[in-house]
Formats: sequence, structure tokens, C-alpha cells
Amino acid sequence: MNSVYYGKLIFELSKEGRCGYSLPKNELAQYKLEDMPQNLMRQEAPALPQVDELTVVRHYTNMSNNNFGVDTGFYPLGSCTMKYNPKINEEMCNHHAFTRLHPLQNESTVQGALEVYYNLQNSLAEISGLSEFTLNPFAGAHGELTGLMVMKSYHLSRNDAKRTKVIIPDSAHGTNPASAAVCGFDVVVVKSRPDGTVDVEDLRPLLDDTIAGMMMTNPNTLGIFEHNIAEIAKLVHEAGGLMYYDGANLNPMLGMCRPGDLGFDIMHINLHKTFSTPHGGGGPGSGPVGVRAGLEQFLPNPRVVADEENMRYTVECKDTALGAVSGFLGNFGVIMRAYSYILTLGKENLRMVGPLATLNANYIKECLKDCYELPIEGVCKHEFVFDGLKDKSTEVTTLDVAKRLLDYGFHAPTIYFPLLFHQALMIEPTENESKETLDGFIEVMRTIAKEASETPELVKTAPHNTPVRRLDDTLAALKPVVTYAELAAGIQ
Amino acid sequence: MTYKYFPHTSEDISSMLGKCGLKSLEDLYQDIPQELVLNRDYDLPEAMSEVEVRKMFDELGQYNAQLKCFIGAGVYDHYCPSVINAILSRSEFLTSYTPYQAEISQGTLQYIFEYQSMMATLTGMEVSNASMYDGCTATAEAMMMAVANAKKRNKVLISDTMSPIVTRVVETYAKFHGIVVEHIAAVDGVTSRQDFEQKVSQGDVAGVIVAAPNFYGIVEDYTGWADLCHANKALFIMNCNASALGVIKTPGEWGADVAVGDGQSLGIPMCFGGPYVGYLCTSKKLIRKMPGRIVGATKDLDGKRTFVLTLQAREQHIRREKATSNICSNQSLMALYVTIYMSLMGKQGLKDVNALSYSNAHYLADKLSKLDKFELAYPDKPFLHEFAVKYKGDDIDYLQEAMLEAGIQFGLKLDNETLLLCATETLTKDEIDDAITICEGVQNLKSDDIID
Repeated sequence: MNSVYYGKLIFELSKEGRCGYSLPKNELAQYKLEDMPQNLMRQEAPALPQVDELTVVRHYTNMSNNNFGVDTGFYPLGSCTMKYNPKINEEMCNHHAFTRLHPLQNESTVQGALEVYYNLQNSLAEISGLSEFTLNPFAGAHGELTGLMVMKSYHLSRNDAKRTKVIIPDSAHGTNPASAAVCGFDVVVVKSRPDGTVDVEDLRPLLDDTIAGMMMTNPNTLGIFEHNIAEIAKLVHEAGGLMYYDGANLNPMLGMCRPGDLGFDIMHINLHKTFSTPHGGGGPGSGPVGVRAGLEQFLPNPRVVADEENMRYTVECKDTALGAVSGFLGNFGVIMRAYSYILTLGKENLRMVGPLATLNANYIKECLKDCYELPIEGVCKHEFVFDGLKDKSTEVTTLDVAKRLLDYGFHAPTIYFPLLFHQALMIEPTENESKETLDGFIEVMRTIAKEASETPELVKTAPHNTPVRRLDDTLAALKPVVTYAELAAGIQ
Repeated sequence: MTYKYFPHTSEDISSMLGKCGLKSLEDLYQDIPQELVLNRDYDLPEAMSEVEVRKMFDELGQYNAQLKCFIGAGVYDHYCPSVINAILSRSEFLTSYTPYQAEISQGTLQYIFEYQSMMATLTGMEVSNASMYDGCTATAEAMMMAVANAKKRNKVLISDTMSPIVTRVVETYAKFHGIVVEHIAAVDGVTSRQDFEQKVSQGDVAGVIVAAPNFYGIVEDYTGWADLCHANKALFIMNCNASALGVIKTPGEWGADVAVGDGQSLGIPMCFGGPYVGYLCTSKKLIRKMPGRIVGATKDLDGKRTFVLTLQAREQHIRREKATSNICSNQSLMALYVTIYMSLMGKQGLKDVNALSYSNAHYLADKLSKLDKFELAYPDKPFLHEFAVKYKGDDIDYLQEAMLEAGIQFGLKLDNETLLLCATETLTKDEIDDAITICEGVQNLKSDDIID
């Protein structure tokens, strides 16, 4: 991008009197907006830019050139499952027969949309080994919250109000405890063992009749399968709690393992991870929630149900439901893409997703463990964690390695998470990456390790080839400037 | 085994397994107890080619109907400029994730900064977050923000003129978060000032939530509401139709502390309910209490103006259970959608959209109120493009069905004699006239004529 000509904000391209839209002529101009009571109208127009169409197109096209997506290059961001987002899914989600549907229009006129929703519910139930799904939650975190609401509703329906605590492993993603808190639970932390898995001996004394349930990610955030899962589930169930599966790491399980078979009662799935819908720079995602038989009545309103005899789908609301977590039926555009993905792969390819993603992760790990510190040996699942460079004498940090990777045209792995290791570098390649891509990444990682020993300054001052250089995070947080108005007023 | 999304050849797989000291793909799962491994195929269809997938969706699409839209209730059929989808389909935006690596994410970070700037000026507030899931959850987040801000209070008031679709989400969050929600009564289509004054003066209210325009399309007068909230140490929260804010008095002008709502009305296709985008704006004073991501301006090593995710100390990955919210993403692509929309439309475009919608809706209301069996539910109340109408005919369902047969979704039925109608700039005068003609025909039918 030419930042001299195109590095401005849209507001800086504005000129009074320009416009970028066309609207029909007003045939009914005798009905005048000006007739509204003036005390209810805004006194000053919003300070929006005034720009012509081509200027808008160039502005955002040039901005996109400053971005990096899965289509640009390898994106091994751990725990985010940055898999390929197939183009056919985009085409289907923009299908004209679906995009113009109003969510409250007559049910008889949206039967096709409801069938997509219903079929995806059922496909996810089969893939996860659970009974029923809602597709209403908008994201993974939203799914967690919804799932925990199911958990609480279950206990309250049994008049068991003393179950106020949720157990969460210390390796868990921060969203787990945050979701538990939003749902009104207290969080109890269970420790990990040196191999990264939940310490069953630490868990036992935590279990009593105040425990509502336990949240787990499996494989966990270190990419390790919790091999004691059957015992953990048994213990939690014996204590009267429910098991919650955080579907963040579901990808390696595809074709090999189903959360329902592992003893989980409630789970969410991130359609934007496992089912290939694009991350869109942070959203929209979708976080469907599934439950074991016996918990269906708590799923949020509205629900899509089928009268299979008459081949008719209806939207219903139940009194037993936990309430509603969304206005309508979730991010329908995302649901369309995920359904297209499942149809495209079919059962024979869906079952290969887990093994191929897992193979790629293990291959990278084995090829790099002589230059990067591998804290946990053995077979990993779809991702693994290095604890920084093996050579600790260089003062080159994980942040430096991440920034240097950008120079070589790769996105960085997830860094400084999980918190169990100080220099965590969490790598997740997906099933879509070729051996050549992985070999290219491995070679660059080895080069960076070498640079760290021989020319550490080069790494510590990276990136050098990106549109901008390292940013001053502290300045941004110390004196937050978050709008153009503040920027223009020269607050910074 | 070859498949278009899986690049490995069998030689690749053997050599990679060899590097890992393994013999088969199954060996990668040797740590999983055998009884937990799925030893069968999924009970799902076999793979479809693109040809078949297209046919499948074409066929499903035939069971949907494209209707002329006289319905709103929170989701509006506005004009979507063609530029937007062209930009949104750029994979540099579409296939990226949250901009953690700012050096290669300035595209996302800059448009979020522009989005925040536009939402702030649109709502008349000082700051905006980077966007949220939708208007309902954004309102629930604002409620939790008010309760966290008040520290020892756990009650919020919500007006009965709020959309019930929003209220039921707010009440769900409240129930689980331990918040008590009390309703402020609606009288003649607007929030009862008396009931509000009485309830907020109890001194135990953390926040008051009202709508603009309200569920019935009415633009209410909130003169003095913010002052009364502040005198009672409660936050004043307004849920507003984003597009309408181009012309109606803003939350900033009313003195609100938090402005929330859905951005769908800023040109986002209705798409059967999502994805949309929630917005949440507030004052600079409350910025550290605000949920969601925020992008701020800073400089890089060369002193160049750049943008970065900031104020992350409020967030779940650092604060865990003490975070301001469990939100750990935003609705970024949809924020880009409304950013481009507002860039194209500018202040004049937003005004024109509102003026056109106003004309269409008021023409429809005027014509209907001249028919024998139709009357406006709240005839003396000001509205923009949505209004409630009473139908005194025999069968309101028959009226809606007759409309459906003509390819018209004629409003949302609120009860057996009330419809909530809406007309935006996408309807033509002819289309409105057609609907009125059907109304004329149906109202003259006697119930004996109506056969189910």
C-alpha cells in the first residue's frame, strides 16, 4: 500500500457536498420529515465523512492490503483454528433466496431457511454425540454463557440452589471464568499436573454438593488429550455436577471422538473454527450449544422444531427454556456457511479433518523441538506449545520471534498463552496446509532461532518488512484516543 | 484419498508420520482410551460436489418467499449499497482474525477506529467500543455495566415500550447475573413519566433503559430523564435505532450515559436475523467500565500514526472472572459493513433515507386511517417509519394471509386487532398503493365470505 497517498482516515478524505449513494426520488414528498416536532430531532448532523463512491472503494481496498488473512498466508494461531474458508460457502450464504428474509416473516415463507437451521442442528448433534442443539448463540463466549445458563437452569429445576460453583482448570482460556462470572457462578480453579492435564487428586477434594459442574477443553489448551476424562466425568457426575465441553479445540476430535461419548453433558461449538466459517477480523462467529438428552427443555428460545410427518418446520418458545440469548435464530449467515461445509465434506472427509490436523501439528513439533523448548513431550493433538527458544542466553523473547515471523510472511502463533509457561508459543496448523507450507514455516522458524543467537538485534527490532513497525501499546492505553474527533482535536 | 481441501498425498502422510516415529494416522490417537474412540462413520450424507451443493441450496431456497416488506420490529429492509459486499468479500478482511498482530492488521484496526468514530458522532456520545454481537445482547451488556458501576445496587428499570425481543434477552441475562429488572409502565404508547419518577426515586436503581424510537415506532420525549437518573445515581441507557439517529435527537443530546442498539438498520441485509452488529457507546469517564474490545490510536517506532487494540486490562484474558464482560471478540466484519455504509451515505444520505421512509410510512398511515376499519393506535404520537394500527375487521389473520398471497408481509401481528407496520425507502408508492387496495378489499368482506 502506498501510505503517502492512501494512508488517511476516511474523515480526512471528506469534502462538503460529495456523496456516494443514490436513492429513489421521493414521490410522496408532501409527507415531510421536517414536520416532526423539532424538540425530538437532532440539532446538529453527525460528523460523517462525505465521499464519492470510488474514493470509498479505493480507501477500503488499500486498507485491506494492510491486512493478513488465511487467504494471504499460513496462520498458525493456536486455539483459533484458522482453517481455509471455502468459497462455495460464501456463495451459498449470499444466496438471494435467503439474504432478504425478515426474521419475523410468516413461517410458511421461510421453510427453506428453517430446514437449513434444523438440519445443521441435527448434524452437529451427530458429530458431537449429544441430543439436541440450539444455533442461537453468536460466538464461542456466547455459547459458553448459554451452556452455563443451561447448567444453572437444570439445578434450579431440581430446587438445588446451593450449587453455586463451577470448576475450571488453571490452563483454561480466560473466557471460561469470565462466562461463569457473568452467569452468576463462583469459580473454583483445579490445578494441572506437570504434563498439562487436570490433576485428579487436586479435583477430588473440590467436589461437593455446592458444585454445579466443571468446564473443560479437551484436548486442553496445551493440545494434550485429557486421558483421565472418563474418571473426571464420573467424579463430577457422582457429586451431582454436569460436565461442560468448551468446543474451542474440537477440530482434532472430528472423526475420532465425540464429546458426548466422553461423558460431557453440555457443549458449545465454534462454527468459525471447526466448521470453516470465516473469522471476519473478529466476527461474526457462531457458538451453537448442544445438550445431552434430558436437558433439551432448557435450551434458549426461540427453537426450530420439525413436524416430520408434514415436512413442516416451526419456531416455538417454551416456558421451560432458560430464556432468550438472541433476538432471533442466531447468525443465520454463518449457519448457512457451516451447513454448506458439512454437505461439501460429507462423512468421508469430515472424519479425516481431525487426523490430518493432528498430523500437521505433530510434524511441526517434531521438526522444531531441537531449537524451541518443548515442555511436554509425546503426541499432541491439533496444537502444541513451545516455551520460547531453546537457547535461553539470547534475551530474544517469544514476542520477538512472533514479530520476526511477520517479516517472513507468516502470521504469528498465539503467544503468552496458556499462562502455564512464561514464553508460551502456541502453534496450530490446520488440515488444509500442505507439507510444503509446513516445511517453509519450519525452515523460517529455524532461521529465526539461528538469528536469535547470531544477530539478536535483528529479531528484537522486528518486524522490518511490514506496513508499520512495532507499536507503542503503552501510549495507547495511557492516553486512550479512540475516535477521529479526539485525534483531530490533537488530544494525543 | 484425495480431496480438494486436503493437500497431502499418501507419500506426504507416510513421510510426516515417519518424522513423528509413527506408522499410521490412528497412532496419533494412541493416548485416547480405546473405548472412547469413535469406531464408525458419522451418520451423515456423503460428500457433495459444488454442482450438487448449489442445487441443494437452490432447492431449499424455493421454500422461501421474497416478500415486499411492511414489517420492521427491530429489523429493517433498507437499501444496501453494492460497494459494501464487494469490499467485504475481500479475503484480507474476511479471512483474518482479531487484530492481535497490529503490524499486519492495520486494515482491520483502522476500520474499527473509523467505526468507533462514526458511532460516537451518530449517537452523540464520546466513545464507542469495537462492536458487539447484536442490539439485544449489547443492551444486556449495558445493563450489567450499570450494575457494575453502581457497585451495591442490582436493580434496573426497563420501559414497557422497549421491544419485547430486546427485553426478553435483557431479562435472561439479568436472571442469571442476579439483577432485578422492573418494568416502567407504558401509557398510550409511551413510557409513563410518573411511573419512572416513582421507581427511580427509590434510590436502589442502577440503570434505566428506554428506547428511541420505541417498539411502536414512536419518538418519545425524554426531557429531564437523564437529570432525574443522575440525581438518583442511576445510569440512563438508551436503545436506539441506528439509522434513525441520523435525524432524531441523540442519546448524547438527551444526556444519556450509554447508547446501545443494533446497527442492522445501517444497510445490513435482513438475512433471516443475522449476522448484525450491536453498538455500545458511552462517555469517556466510563470507558474503563465499558465491555468489549476498543481500538486506540498510537505511534509505531518510526512515529507513524497507527492503531492498536487497547485498554485490554478490562478483558477476560487478563482479568478472567473479574473482567467487565465475557466478550472476547467483536462483530468486526459487520462493523466494517456499517462503516462503509456510513462512508457512502454521509450525513445527507442518512437524512435522505429517513426522509424517504418517513414519507412512505406516513402516506401508508394516512391512507389506512381513511379506511373504515383501520385506525392508528396512537394517532397523536410522532413517528418516523413505523407505527401501530388497529384493524376493526373480522379477521386480522385473513388480512395478513391475503397480503401474503400478494407477496406482501403486512406487518407484525401484536394482538388480534393490532399490526405493527413499517415502510422504508425500499418500497415504492405503487407497492404501498397495492397494499392499500388489498386492505380496502378485505375490510369489505364479511366473515361469512372468509373461508379458511
